[in-house]
Amino acid sequence: MSEILVLAELTPTGVRKATLELLTIARGLGEPSAVVCGDATEDVVALLGTYGATTVYAVSAPEIEQFLSLPKAEVVVTLAERVRPGAILITSGPEGKDVAARVAVRLDSGLITDAVDVSAEGATITTTQSVFAGAFHVRSEVVRGTPVITVMPNAVTAEAAPAQPRVKSVDVAFSDRAKGSVVISRTPKGSSARPDLADAAVIVSGGRGVGSEAGLGVIEKLADALGGAVGVTRAVSDLHWAPHDLQIGQTGKTVAPGLYIAAGVSGAIQHRAGMQSSKTIVAVNKDPKAPIFSIADFGVVGDLHTVLPALVDEIDKRRI
Amino acid sequence: MRIVVLVKHVPEPTAAWSFAPDQTLDRGAVAGRLSELDEYAIEQAVRLVEGGIDAEITYLTVGPQSAKDGLLKALAIGGAKGVHVLDDAIHGSDSLATSLVLAKALEHLGFDLVLAGMSSTDAAMSVIPSMVAERLGVSQATFAGSLSVDGTTVSITRESDTATAHVRVELPAVVSITDQTDEARYPAFRAIMMAKKKPIETLSLADIGVEPGAVGLAAAATRVVAVSSAPAKAAGTVVVDDDGTGAAQLADFLVARGAL
Repeated sequence: MSEILVLAELTPTGVRKATLELLTIARGLGEPSAVVCGDATEDVVALLGTYGATTVYAVSAPEIEQFLSLPKAEVVVTLAERVRPGAILITSGPEGKDVAARVAVRLDSGLITDAVDVSAEGATITTTQSVFAGAFHVRSEVVRGTPVITVMPNAVTAEAAPAQPRVKSVDVAFSDRAKGSVVISRTPKGSSARPDLADAAVIVSGGRGVGSEAGLGVIEKLADALGGAVGVTRAVSDLHWAPHDLQIGQTGKTVAPGLYIAAGVSGAIQHRAGMQSSKTIVAVNKDPKAPIFSIADFGVVGDLHTVLPALVDEIDKRRI
Repeated sequence: MRIVVLVKHVPEPTAAWSFAPDQTLDRGAVAGRLSELDEYAIEQAVRLVEGGIDAEITYLTVGPQSAKDGLLKALAIGGAKGVHVLDDAIHGSDSLATSLVLAKALEHLGFDLVLAGMSSTDAAMSVIPSMVAERLGVSQATFAGSLSVDGTTVSITRESDTATAHVRVELPAVVSITDQTDEARYPAFRAIMMAKKKPIETLSLADIGVEPGAVGLAAAATRVVAVSSAPAKAAGTVVVDDDGTGAAQLADFLVARGAL
């Protein structure tokens, strides 16, 4: 079986959940190898092993933090030329897209973005994408070079399959071109107790129906009761009731959590494009004709300002 | 300074899209428009010039005949001229081939700063700016939430879930612009009429030195195996909360789904 390179992403507390999902996918395609750009601590290696990484390539170099995206692309290209992997898996997102794009051109290899499923039959790897606001499923394969595939977070559930990874330290000589985009500073955002939108298993989103910035409070309370993230529609972010980086939709973030609760969201196609792949969709809206009900697994026609607080109470009751 | 803004004419996002027999998007079947996200890049280009940077703005597009409409819309917002790479051989190109055509056209035109939207609203891959930068051998500053230019230095901010990064690149460079930047102005009627008088140059693959065999469906490094309509979702349960039990019923549903 050929190696499958998984570009791992580290967090201050360990490994991003989306990386464990990639390893889960990679096990179905070949031998998963994790590429760690940064400090491959014992804990990081152990966690990657728990999810099936048989090799951990550890690349530690100051350039990775100093310059945007390109050093990581050169790490992946260097490893790809050395080990001839069966595929390269990267999590979808701004940095993932930068890296995947550069790698695909350098390797002259087919690139598939935002896959929601990746499977193998013999040596052929087939991807599934959900496109045009989820209206179509497109199955594709790469017919030239090493398949470079970016995968949506939450596409699969990460499942453990313990392996004992061997750790290989890799030196990469970065080109001058990799040092073109200089990161002057990184300002961490006030750490929220809530999970990141991209990785959240539960998202509660508010639309114009929340009525005001203060009205988002009921959204936040429900999100916290469910351990989820808060999202908003474009209308809410355009009204400056919430920061733009919480916006879900065609011009915001694309998410696919296990549970998506849309409250006061009409369900315009621009919003649906960003959340339609969610596994379970719940809608709460005063307007029974709101298009969001057409894609909801469960809908409540009612005022979100009474239904959501009542739901928080119901959740509390059922958890005692 | 030569600013080139990459623009794309896309099917209207709210239309019902369909696929042609060769499994490419049927662009003739629905009305098109300038990709909404490109407007942010256009607006930034126009603001740079208004802010006193001595630059000429050119728009570059690749696409069928109708793609010219995207150039006209862009020219109504501002800028000097449009360039349309039009060649039947391009049909069905994947991202690798599209980035090749764009890079060759940019080399043909000359450029200092290339601006692009963060994504098209049709293919929505968000990879063309990086690919073009790679092919041109220049730096990139992608997903910019704000942009400033000082001499030959471009500075951007870039938001992620966890941090705001400030990134600096030297020209020449490719920069992609997010919708966190200023909304594009709405062109006045007069500007729309004036745009029709601005020059639009049409280039073929031969003009920019791209072999027809290097692009198009046959040369694509990816192949669509099958396209299917997503299975229609079975209509969900909808309850009306006129008796105050809506939340309890919803909680029951969440329990049944294992969400609580």
